[in-house]
Parts: sequence; C-alpha cells; structure tokens
Amino acid sequence: MPVDLADPFAAEPQERARPVRDFAREYVRSPGAVLGFAVLLAIVLAAVFAPLLTPQNPYDLMQLDIMDGQLPPGESSMAYGFNYLLGTDEQGRDIYSAILYGLRISLGVGVVSAVSAALVGATLGLFAAYKGGRIEAAIMRLVDLQLSFPTILMALMILALLGKGVANVVLALVLVEWATFARTARGVGMVESRKEYIEASYVLGIPAWRIMLRHLLPNCIPPLIVIATVQVARAISLEATLSFLGVGVPITEPSLGLLISNGYQFMFSGLYWMSVYPGIALLITIVAINLVGDRMRDVLNPRKDA
Amino acid sequence: MFASILKRLIQAVFVVLCMTVIVFIGMNLIGNPIDLLISPQATQAERERLIVEFGLDQPVWTQYLHFLDGLLHLDLGRSYIFNEPALKVILTRLPATLELAVMATLIAVVVGIPLGLYAGLRPHSPVSRVIMSSSILGFSLPTFWVGMMFIMIFSVKLGWLPSSGRGETVQMLGADWSFLTLDGLKHMLLPAINLALFKTSLILRLTRAGVAEVLPQDYVRLAHAKGLSARRVTMVHVLKNVMIPVVTVVGLEFGSVIAFSVVTETIFAWPGMGKLIIDSINNLDRPVIVAYLMIIVLLFVTINLLVDIIYTLLDPRVRFASGRAA
Repeated sequence: MPVDLADPFAAEPQERARPVRDFAREYVRSPGAVLGFAVLLAIVLAAVFAPLLTPQNPYDLMQLDIMDGQLPPGESSMAYGFNYLLGTDEQGRDIYSAILYGLRISLGVGVVSAVSAALVGATLGLFAAYKGGRIEAAIMRLVDLQLSFPTILMALMILALLGKGVANVVLALVLVEWATFARTARGVGMVESRKEYIEASYVLGIPAWRIMLRHLLPNCIPPLIVIATVQVARAISLEATLSFLGVGVPITEPSLGLLISNGYQFMFSGLYWMSVYPGIALLITIVAINLVGDRMRDVLNPRKDA
Repeated sequence: MFASILKRLIQAVFVVLCMTVIVFIGMNLIGNPIDLLISPQATQAERERLIVEFGLDQPVWTQYLHFLDGLLHLDLGRSYIFNEPALKVILTRLPATLELAVMATLIAVVVGIPLGLYAGLRPHSPVSRVIMSSSILGFSLPTFWVGMMFIMIFSVKLGWLPSSGRGETVQMLGADWSFLTLDGLKHMLLPAINLALFKTSLILRLTRAGVAEVLPQDYVRLAHAKGLSARRVTMVHVLKNVMIPVVTVVGLEFGSVIAFSVVTETIFAWPGMGKLIIDSINNLDRPVIVAYLMIIVLLFVTINLLVDIIYTLLDPRVRFASGRAA
C-alpha cells in the first residue's frame, strides 16, 4: 500500500524530498503498526485465496451436509473427513470457510465504497477549493448538511428507500462517506492553492485543468489516502452493522455482519461459535486497518491534530 | 442579526422540503407502490379500485402535493401492521428511546470527563496510555458486536443482567418509563452502556485534547504561581475552560445518540423508535418508515438550527459576518 505514495512533499522547496523509502522507514518505527500491517496483509491474502485455503465452498449447497449441523469447533465432518476448525452453523456450513468467503464481501464492499467515495468527494472538494464563490458555497453547504446527519441513519434511510443488495449498500456507503473526503480535499486544496508553486504555474500560463490535475491533486493525495484507509474500516463496520440489522447484503452474499447476525439467534442456547468467530474476524480486520491508518497519519502528517 | 437568523430559518425549511421530495421520490418512484400496497392475490377490479383510492392514477406532482398536505396536517397515513396512525405508533415509542439516550449520555459524561481529565493531566503515565488505547477501541468496535458480547457475558454466562425488554415500567406524564423502577434500571443498564461507549470515547478525547491545550496557557501558570492548590487549578481554571467544547458536543451529539439507538435497541429488544424502524423496514410498513424519516429530518434540522442560532447569538464573529465563514 505505501508503494503507491508519490513523493508527498516534493513540491515544497524548503522540505527535503521524502520518497517512499523514507515513508517505509518511518512507518516501521512503530511495532504495533507493523503488526497491524502484517495482519491486514494476511487477511487480504486469506480473502483473495479463500477457495484454496478452505475445505469447502460454504455457499455450494452440494458441499454442505446437514448431518454436520451445529458441530462445535474441532469436530470432524462425518461425510468428508476434514476438521471443522471453528465449528459449523445449523446447515452444516464450516464457519472457518464462511469467514474467509465473508471477508471477501466485507473487504470488497469496504474498499470499493471508500475508493468511490474518495473519487467523488475529492473531485468535488478540489473543485470547490479551486473555483471558490457560489459553487464552493453550494458544495460545502451540501457537505455540512450531509455531515450533520449521523452516518448510520443516512445509510439506513437510503437502504430503506432502495432495498437490500450489495450494490445498494455500496451506493449508500458512498453517499454517506463522500462528504468527509470533500471536506478534507477542500481544506488541503485551499492551503495548497495559496502556495507559491501554484502561483508560479499561473504565471507560466498553464491551463487551469492542468494545474488542478497535475499540480494541486498530487499534493493533496497523502491526507486523502489516510482518510481513505480509515474510511475503509468505517465502511466495513457500517456494512456489518447494516447487515446485522437485516437491511444490508442479502443472504446469498453473506458478509461477516450477516454471519454474525445468523449465528446470533443460536447464541442464547450456548452455540457461541457461529457468531463469535465471525465477530472476532471482523474486529481484527477493523483494528488492523485502523492501526495502519493511524500510523500513516502520524507519518504523513507532521502536524499533530487530534 | 434577525436577518441572519431568518436566513437560517429559511434554509432549514428549504432542507426539510428537499428531504420531503427525496423521501417521496424514493418511496413512490423507485419502489413500485402498487406492488407494496396491494396484495398479489387481488383481482384486476380490486387493483384498479385501490389504485384510484390511493390516488396512484394521479400525476406525480398531484400525489406529492397530497403527501405534503398530509404532512402539514400531521397525517402520515396508517401503519399497515398496527392499524393506527403512523405518527402515533412512533410517538408512543419515543419515551423508551429518550430515556435510553439520556441515560447513555449521562454515563458518557460521568465516565468520559474524569478519564479524559486524568489522561490530559498525566499524558505519559501508563494508565493514561491504557485509557487512550481503550478509547480507540470504543471508536472502532462496532456497537452491535459489543452489545452482543455484553449479552453473552453478562446475561448468558453470568446471568447478572437481563438481555432484552424494558422490564417494569411506571406511568408518568402519560408515558411509560423504566428508569423509575429497579427492574427497569437493570434492564436499561446494558443497553445504556452499549450506547454510551462511542460517546464516552469521544468525550474522553475531547476533554484530554482540551486539557492539553489549556495547561500551557498563561492563566493556568498564573494560578499555579499564585499558590493555588493543584486541585483548585484543575477543577476551576482548567475544567471550566475545557467544558465549553465538551458541552457543545454533548448537545450536538444527542441526536446521533438517538440515531445509534437503532442498533442498540435492536440487539437488546428495547421497544423504542429504533427497533420500530428496523421492524417496519423488514415488514415493509411504508407509512411508518416515511413518518420516521420525516421525524428524524425535522429533529436534526431543528438541532442544527438551534446550534446555528445559539452560535449567532454568542459569537460576534458569526454575528457580524455577512456570510458563513467557512
């Protein structure tokens, strides 16, 4: 991930150029953040290679055996012989396999929605910063309005109107999150556009669109990447919450949140593993992303804001 | 100054109008209301009669005006499930949500401010580090997951506290309240703590940041130099100045506590507005959903309007600036 970072402060003449290597060197000074990165990498790989790492495809009904239903962790399958590492649900679905497949949905929804929200938000925010005037006022008023409603309610309202579905959840998350990016992009964009190199670009007669894309945007990217990282975690958490409430992803594409929700009814009878293990997977994912995001903010942003 | 308040008021009305359009479009054009309203078994004649009865044969803008007209008369239709006016169904759930939100806010303030104060005064002590790390958890753990763990540990394993419902209630001012009975309080404890976690972390961090900002100020040093006791400096000189942003945020965030109660109420089967909206979405009880959305929009627009007006009254920079200093 850090490899994508282009030379964040190169444009400031008084600052020494800080290439990717410096970022990495600075990053690894925090052991917690390194651990977070390692865990996150493992989670992403596990999700990507889920079919190779799991004994069954939990959503191929042919591979499920109802006789194996509600087995506690460590029991072996009657029909297939492999071990149910984390137990099974009421349909004989291997929880471990379901978690890896669920991670695919959760991570996918989180990343796609955060990246789309970043694109929409950053474009509008930079545009506002660059244009100023009425356009800026209108965009920022919309941002204020959006941010004054709690995210969970906005998402809930949107999904109440649109109905369940992975695409609808992504759309709801983008509509909820773009404002954060817009605000940050505008803030950074305003600071940057007052700097001398932008002024110099004007003087040189470079067209406005080119200044925006080639000069302003690259210098606004580091804070946006930090926000995007944290927003991925927030999106995953929000999606899990919505799915838990029954308004998120449909049963055919279960994310971690839906797995937790399915297992929840069995928790009262002591069959804890159906929702606790997916929950732990969700937690580890969110905490790992937050650790990485926090460290990136510390490294990329010398100003210490709370 | 009146002009600026009037401007805010007009903006607020405009926002509410926009939201009615969005809700109306969402409810009537994206989903097909005929499928939602009329049972698939209905005969063709029945279908046509119902379409006329609900006004679905009218042009869209007529339907919208009809919807607005109902809104102005506080008539948001009848709930399909409860067969009562949708507004009434929601308002009878309001006390449960309110008392839960107030309790959660209280917990957040009582726990968050002292811990934040401590972490701000001794930023390098191990205890402060633990406090700050836990507050990160409070931010990042999904509420529903923490609530589930509470139920598993304190209700299922230990059996200390009940996991669902409001318990015994007492009538007061025409509504049922749980906080007046011991049984009700017991039922309220777990959901209230669950709902308070996020706010506690927020208040804690705000307090700490405020303390860190105030401590190096001259008036604090002067107070120390005058020989005042450390306790007095902390409680009077530091805390007073830290409280201003904290109080603002507690007020502003009250709406979001109500919003987040959707999750907590669903987990703990707390019969408030939040659980009602989830049930209504699952039951496709459209009038209740619309009524809930409109109430929430009004609530938040009102909160924001009040905050704007109070700032206008308090802060001369806002008062005298012609536009909003963005």
